[in-house]
Amino acid sequence: MTLQSKAPRSRLDPEPMARRDWLGLSSLWTMGAALMFGVVGMLRLPKAAVLASPSKKFKVALPETLPAGEAFVPPGRAVAVYRDAEGIFAVSTICTHLGCVVKANAEGFECPCHGSRFHADGTVSRGPAPRALPWLKVQVSGGVVMVDEGTTVPSGTKVA
Amino acid sequence: MNPASTQNNALREFVDNLKSAPRRMYETAFRGGAPTTDRSRSTFVFGNVFLHLHAVRTHRWSLKWTTTVGLGIMSLSAFLITLVTGVLLMFYYKPSPEAAYASIKDIHFVVPTGRLIRNLHRWAANLMVVAVILHMARAFYTGAYRPPREYNWLIGIGLLVTTLGLSFTGYLLPWDQLAYWAITIGANIAQSPREVTDALGITEYFDPGGLQRLLLLGSDTVGAEALIRFYLLHVMILPLALAALMGVHFWRIRKDGGMVRPADADERLSKMKQGETYPVFTEAPNKTYQLAAVVRGKTAVVGRGPENTVPSMPHLFYAELGVMMLTLLACVALSMVSDAPLKELANPSVPENPAKAPWYFLGLQEMVSFSAFMGGIGIPAIVLAGLALIPYLDREKEGTGEWFGGPGGWRLVKLSMLIGFGAPLAIESFAIRFGWLREWFPKIPQLIVTAINPATILTAVYALYSIWCIRRYGSARSGALGLFTCFLCGFLLLTIIGTYFRGPNWVFYWSPSEWPKH
Repeated sequence: MTLQSKAPRSRLDPEPMARRDWLGLSSLWTMGAALMFGVVGMLRLPKAAVLASPSKKFKVALPETLPAGEAFVPPGRAVAVYRDAEGIFAVSTICTHLGCVVKANAEGFECPCHGSRFHADGTVSRGPAPRALPWLKVQVSGGVVMVDEGTTVPSGTKVA
Repeated sequence: MNPASTQNNALREFVDNLKSAPRRMYETAFRGGAPTTDRSRSTFVFGNVFLHLHAVRTHRWSLKWTTTVGLGIMSLSAFLITLVTGVLLMFYYKPSPEAAYASIKDIHFVVPTGRLIRNLHRWAANLMVVAVILHMARAFYTGAYRPPREYNWLIGIGLLVTTLGLSFTGYLLPWDQLAYWAITIGANIAQSPREVTDALGITEYFDPGGLQRLLLLGSDTVGAEALIRFYLLHVMILPLALAALMGVHFWRIRKDGGMVRPADADERLSKMKQGETYPVFTEAPNKTYQLAAVVRGKTAVVGRGPENTVPSMPHLFYAELGVMMLTLLACVALSMVSDAPLKELANPSVPENPAKAPWYFLGLQEMVSFSAFMGGIGIPAIVLAGLALIPYLDREKEGTGEWFGGPGGWRLVKLSMLIGFGAPLAIESFAIRFGWLREWFPKIPQLIVTAINPATILTAVYALYSIWCIRRYGSARSGALGLFTCFLCGFLLLTIIGTYFRGPNWVFYWSPSEWPKH
């Protein structure tokens, strides 16, 4: 850095980047960044951190007389629970297409909203559903069946 | 003067002032006086905050009813009706799952005039959707999206989307069966990008669908959180967005030189009867039109005289008022004869069968019955992008301001209607009669069904047809005419199929009387 007499520059002979320009631009960019972070922070708010939904686990007592292959739907739950010779299993009855509750019938399941049909094991037989109905985790302890809607298990998993 | 008489004078003056106060209040509010001369008619417009978005004088072409059919003002009027009735409904409506249904029932059966207000709100909302779609069609077919009006066309698309959003969010609020299951379906359409991410196996890392659903519902089920969010969108966020967009939309009409009109509008107007309009410039003009001449582009007064303009007051305003009154009349009449529906209380375990969305979404519902992602997000996005691109792809000038203007014109529109109705009819008939890929090949990968289904084939047919139009007629305008007409017809046909020919389990029935009893 050379020591020169700092003659005041005129407007006709400006510095490469005027000091005021630099200050102005940096304050603009700072404001822009602050606004951006503010908006990002604001957008975080609507994304719920805690889901206010009822517990996914519930207990159910199957009727003694439930025939093999016939669905038992616990009141207020979108799950079909079955009991056959190999054990107990639960299939979700929420359509994988657009979330309507499918109805169990003799062949399997049918969806009232867009006509998806499923076989008894949950696989899609027709309609727009992209995936098979998931099987849900079941635990049996002393006649009481505990179904966990939040955990899926591979199709065909039956609990004795 | 003695003090007593000064006091008397002051008192008299005070009494006089008091007497003339009402007149003075009126004069200060309406400074221009009665709109009886050209000058006071001008003041009437630019001296009024609500009217000054209008030009002081209006071109006679804009006043022909075939120019606009009043559809824009009809949309605005319907919005104003929903605004007023909506605020009234807010007096009694309670946005919580326990109270919402009961409060709507109260509004319908107990609240004085509640049923009429609710019916008006519902009919005006429906009318607004119809008017907005027709208004878009009018703007398209008269070439009103062309320079300098391209940006206003984009704002118009924003208004269409916001209008549909307002209607849809309002659908949830009664918390009846119809509402609950329509929102379940809507939220899952928002989640439907999972159809693709699941098939690719990347949902774990990249899940825009799940995020959209979570943002919409505020939870993983449709419940109190979802209701309050839809309520917030319906009464605050979307109306504010709509109002802001409307402000820009109206202001732009003015800045872009008013209504679109053909280049030779003036010559053609001179053949029209001139008797019933106020004479132009009955006195020496006190106002020069310098300010109006500053406005960018070709306006009524740049380079030619204002011969074919008339004062906006009364000509334009009476026409607008007439449309507003007709809209109100239509809404009141419809509200008298048809009540807004209210089904049973929402039951999360048993879907309404069939669960149908509002009528203007039934075309979409027909498409999602083949693939949730393509029908609910993919194709609507393609259509919106196509609409937004129209003014930037068609840069021609010929036929601007004419109904179905441009090469081919009305004949091309008729041909396009044939394709527009024929193609979906053929594809739907095939899919209804023979089923689709999944029935033939149960193991087929989902991505193939997502990519190849009646809805995507229909879109492809329309796109190919419009490319053929461009080649055949050698003009981008013909392609746009073909595509827009096709989409309008497809929308109409799919909506009709979804409304009248789909029954329980979304099975095809020739008539609702054939629906199985349940």
